[in-house]
Amino acid sequence: MTTLRALAGTALLGAMLLAGCAMPTVPTLQPWVKPYERERLADPIMKLSRDALPDKHFEHVRDVREGARGATGFQGGGCGCN
Amino acid sequence: MNTRSPARTASALRIVACAAFAVVAGTASSAIAPATQAPDFTLHAMSGPNLRLKEQRGRVVMVNFWATWCAPCRQEMPQLNRLYEKYRASGFVLLGVNVDDDPSKASEVAAKLGVTFPILLDADKTVSKLYDLSTMPSTVIIDRDGKVRYVHRGYLAGYEDNYEKQIRELLK
Amino acid sequence: MAATRAALSLWRRLLALIGGLLGLLAAGSARAVDLPEDKAEALIHSYTGGGVKANGPAFLVRKSILDKVSLSGTYYMDAVSNASIDVVTTASPYREIRHEFGLNADYVYRDAQITIGAMTSHEPDYVANTGSIDVTQEVFGGMTTVAFGYTHASDKVSKKNSPEFSDTARHWQYRLGLTQILTQRWLMSVNFEALSDDGYLGSPYRFARVFGATVPERNPRTRTGRAVKLRLVGDLGNRDAMHVEYRYFSDTWDIKAHTAEIGYSRYFGDSWLADTYFRYYTQNHAIFYSDNATTETVYVSRNRQLSTFNDMALGLRLSYNLRKVPGRYDLKLNGTYEYTRYKFKDFTDIRTGSLYGYNASVIQMYLSATY
Repeated sequence: MTTLRALAGTALLGAMLLAGCAMPTVPTLQPWVKPYERERLADPIMKLSRDALPDKHFEHVRDVREGARGATGFQGGGCGCN
Repeated sequence: MNTRSPARTASALRIVACAAFAVVAGTASSAIAPATQAPDFTLHAMSGPNLRLKEQRGRVVMVNFWATWCAPCRQEMPQLNRLYEKYRASGFVLLGVNVDDDPSKASEVAAKLGVTFPILLDADKTVSKLYDLSTMPSTVIIDRDGKVRYVHRGYLAGYEDNYEKQIRELLK
Repeated sequence: MAATRAALSLWRRLLALIGGLLGLLAAGSARAVDLPEDKAEALIHSYTGGGVKANGPAFLVRKSILDKVSLSGTYYMDAVSNASIDVVTTASPYREIRHEFGLNADYVYRDAQITIGAMTSHEPDYVANTGSIDVTQEVFGGMTTVAFGYTHASDKVSKKNSPEFSDTARHWQYRLGLTQILTQRWLMSVNFEALSDDGYLGSPYRFARVFGATVPERNPRTRTGRAVKLRLVGDLGNRDAMHVEYRYFSDTWDIKAHTAEIGYSRYFGDSWLADTYFRYYTQNHAIFYSDNATTETVYVSRNRQLSTFNDMALGLRLSYNLRKVPGRYDLKLNGTYEYTRYKFKDFTDIRTGSLYGYNASVIQMYLSATY
């Protein structure tokens, strides 16, 4: 469980750093991929999970047959609109 | 284990509060602010000739930045078209600046959506960079003197009512 | 007991983080993320391998209400015909049906999406109820997505023709994910999950072998595991993309597993899309696993899911898009075939005496309509 705490802290720290808070000596990082440059990233081929039902079925098949589980992932990237 | 958890929770909350502040601070900047002169540009129109922003002086101009891969942009287009048809006779012009890498996709989608206002092509993103777009879609409303009056970032259903109000105000 | 205390303190911490996140949302910019689009999906799935046949339909319907909440309902059915090596060597083949119903609500607030889900699964001797919450937040100009998730499941285990057998199991899962856009063409994601199980974690029909004799298996009543997965996705410039991923899993039953996958996707013409991938999985056996135990231990199991084995899979998916109007509606049809070869290092087929191995095929036919 310590690893979870460490990772939670690191993820938040990372997000914080990227926004440049509380560390006046660290230069603020600006997003280097602009919203109008996300054409390739908005393509469905770049989605981490394209179809929910088929992916769910595969996850079930593997969970039943293999000892390892978890960390299958969330969505991110994409169009970034709105 | 349990005696340390209040301290951990407090530090976690501190980090998150800091991140919250950072998000607010980080979104403050934008090159295009109301009451500044709208940067001039010349772009090739889908229908053929070049179009220059400065030549629209005297009319109320709405510049809408869109892309075929942007869902809210496509949702917005029919609404913008309705506004264009309604107010074009009163001195309103709508310029749709498309930022697709492939301009042929833009004409295909514009035709499918029944767009009648001019579509300008910004495939190399020079105007997008000039206007420092922070969201897709972005809509800039410029008054008759070439000054930026309103900047809208993103599109949600109902925004077009706001646009209409602002256009009418500037057309007076 | 210790697992519950640890789980509760972690839960409190997670609530604090979510509370902080909601504070972050309140302070955020006027931008917003879009609700997932309305859609309807239908799937026919089929698994054949190792004497087991499982197939059935699955459905999903999603609709947004008042542009604020997106509700989705799912139904999944598994008709299992089991004549696997376990069943055939210790009992007789059987058939049974599993039904699963799920309901999810997605709520978007500015740059964040909150998803609440509930699911219930029923089969004649196993009932599972699950509740989950996931929060996804876009930060850093939309280039980074941070996600938190929690799932709790509660199961009731029974045994066919043995009304005196009744037990329960509980599961907790904590998820943490980060997706980062690297360039205009590449993005990566890191996912971490901690899983905790408590209660009856075995099967009342499975037997272990001790000194050649068949005894009912004895599993520990707790299990805690951690998984971390790294994934890289990139656009290759020719209307194609590739992905590479690696996952490491380890748990308190001493299982360590590695999963690696590499895949390639490509568009053909206006409407076709092909995906192909290769997946490799390997694990070592659980500490109390034995094909034929030669000592008396507190826990013993001959569950081949806990043995030392590896599997290799090759998959192909073909999609056809009957796209009509971009943004209006979109109809997609696809078919997937995956072939997997399982090879066990310390599980023998007692019918032949040699190490067990088998091939499995998964076929999926899928239709989705976005409106």
